[in-house]
Amino acid sequence: MAELERTKLNVGYIPIIDCAPIILADELGAYERQGLEVEIRREVSWANVRDKLALGVLDASHILSPLPLALTLGMDSVTVPMINAMTLELNGNALTLSQALWREMEEAAPDLAGAGHPPLVARALAAVVRQRAARGAPRIVLASVFPYSVQNYMLRHWLASGGLDPDHDVRLTVVPPPHTVAHLSAKVIDGYCVGEPWNQRAVALGIGRIVLTGPDIWRGMPEKVLGVTEAWAERHPNTLKALIKALIEASQWLDEPANRAEAARVLSSPRYLNTPVEILARTLDIADFHVFHRSFANFPWRSHADWFLGQMVRWGQAAPDLDIEAASNRVYRTDLYRAAAEEMGVACPESDRLPPGGHGEPVLSPAELEPVPFPTLMRSGEEA
Amino acid sequence: MTKTLSVLLIDDNPARAEVVEAGLQAAGYRLLARLEGTQDLTARVRDLSPDVVVVSTDSPSRDAIEDMRRSTEQQPRPIALFVDQSDPATIAAAMEAGVSAYVVKGLAQDRVRSVLDVAVGHFNRYHAMREELERARLTLLERKAIDRAKGLLMEQRGLGEEAAYKLLRKLAMDQNKRIGEVAQELVTYAKVLKK
Repeated sequence: MAELERTKLNVGYIPIIDCAPIILADELGAYERQGLEVEIRREVSWANVRDKLALGVLDASHILSPLPLALTLGMDSVTVPMINAMTLELNGNALTLSQALWREMEEAAPDLAGAGHPPLVARALAAVVRQRAARGAPRIVLASVFPYSVQNYMLRHWLASGGLDPDHDVRLTVVPPPHTVAHLSAKVIDGYCVGEPWNQRAVALGIGRIVLTGPDIWRGMPEKVLGVTEAWAERHPNTLKALIKALIEASQWLDEPANRAEAARVLSSPRYLNTPVEILARTLDIADFHVFHRSFANFPWRSHADWFLGQMVRWGQAAPDLDIEAASNRVYRTDLYRAAAEEMGVACPESDRLPPGGHGEPVLSPAELEPVPFPTLMRSGEEA
Repeated sequence: MTKTLSVLLIDDNPARAEVVEAGLQAAGYRLLARLEGTQDLTARVRDLSPDVVVVSTDSPSRDAIEDMRRSTEQQPRPIALFVDQSDPATIAAAMEAGVSAYVVKGLAQDRVRSVLDVAVGHFNRYHAMREELERARLTLLERKAIDRAKGLLMEQRGLGEEAAYKLLRKLAMDQNKRIGEVAQELVTYAKVLKK
């Protein structure tokens, strides 16, 4: 084994189910097997994660997939060149609406609301938006978890598919996941797009309804990644490789259906997700809803980055003349992941990119970054 | 003379917020409100229109405030006070104390820094007070165990007294246990390992 530049690491995570590889690598002894002494640190906000990575308080962290791109390009308050070393989970999100809003949708457009097809459900919401506007009622408020999150782009894409302008027809806001249920119950917001267990919790309390899951909009959407600063990666190449290997081992373990019950038990602890084990077991048992390793799940596809950057341009977060390919190649370090995977005998795809639509993502026409009409998108339950 | 800066404080810990509020007022700042994360923060920030928003970093609420600078229709647009805009040492000290700050664009850096300094000072004061109180509440037995556990950590890990205490407290928080319990366990294990 190549000499590690350092052995003691602080690795951050936010208590959302896709942090599982970070926690399980600790519980299973995978870090130790790579010669690492890792202290995993629970964080409460993505803003803290960003600041602590930039300040060096954290060496690496579980982070929202689009955030390393936004930080590298300086879209946020601060410019911190970052890299995505590997993807930690595919899927896992859902869209939960309040029971009250759902009833309004059913009344306004009963055929559309129950259709189960994302753009049709969005059109049911559009019918409610028009009714509310006509009677001067307040706009519908929908939350995601951060301005640079998969949730934000999924929510926006879905709204646009129903003919809604996300910046004018509704009010989009950010609510930290632990506050989502309380805000929904207090009617501060009408719905949210967030990872688990926060959808299951609203359902369990009877205040919300899961209207769509992430895979309904994009099956195989990369939810969270492992982020380190570019400077850190340059100074610690062997350490980073060891960290990636430990996390691949944990991801392989998590993908075994036989291990899911044990994963739910570990994650439910007050130290980690502090959530009843039944709730975690229920969401982990949903077929294909939490993919940790198979289907090249850990590979940092540059075509994933291309899609996120396309969304950033589409919604005005990034300049239209952004060199998408160059930015993706800088942040999504397929070379580092390949080197680690190879040492473990883990297969990698031949190319770093798939053509648009190759990941099942909602396709944008490259000329104008406008959405292609939704029917080209697979419905959930259909095969690729 | 420049106008008194208005400050909005967001902290989920009401006892700490009270200490920090008093400190900011004593330093001559106009405190607009003390809020908790369970409220509709973006609406309140918009209504109150503060010059500076101070947010405790142990509350998830920072992410809600982060969103405001992107929104085209929301005024003011508070931006995070950060490393490339200020000196890293100040920001690191603020993070360590658990304070983050957001400012309206165009505010002079030194004016903002003095607000941050006051807030950091009072966050630290509150934490010192709480520690004192924690210590006072411990039973004699627990205090003895903590002293011995601290001694072990100082010896074996080469830590200072303060750092050893912090490590014990972190272990206790991680396991949802009392610090006295954790100290007792550590002392017991150490005995077993020595034999």
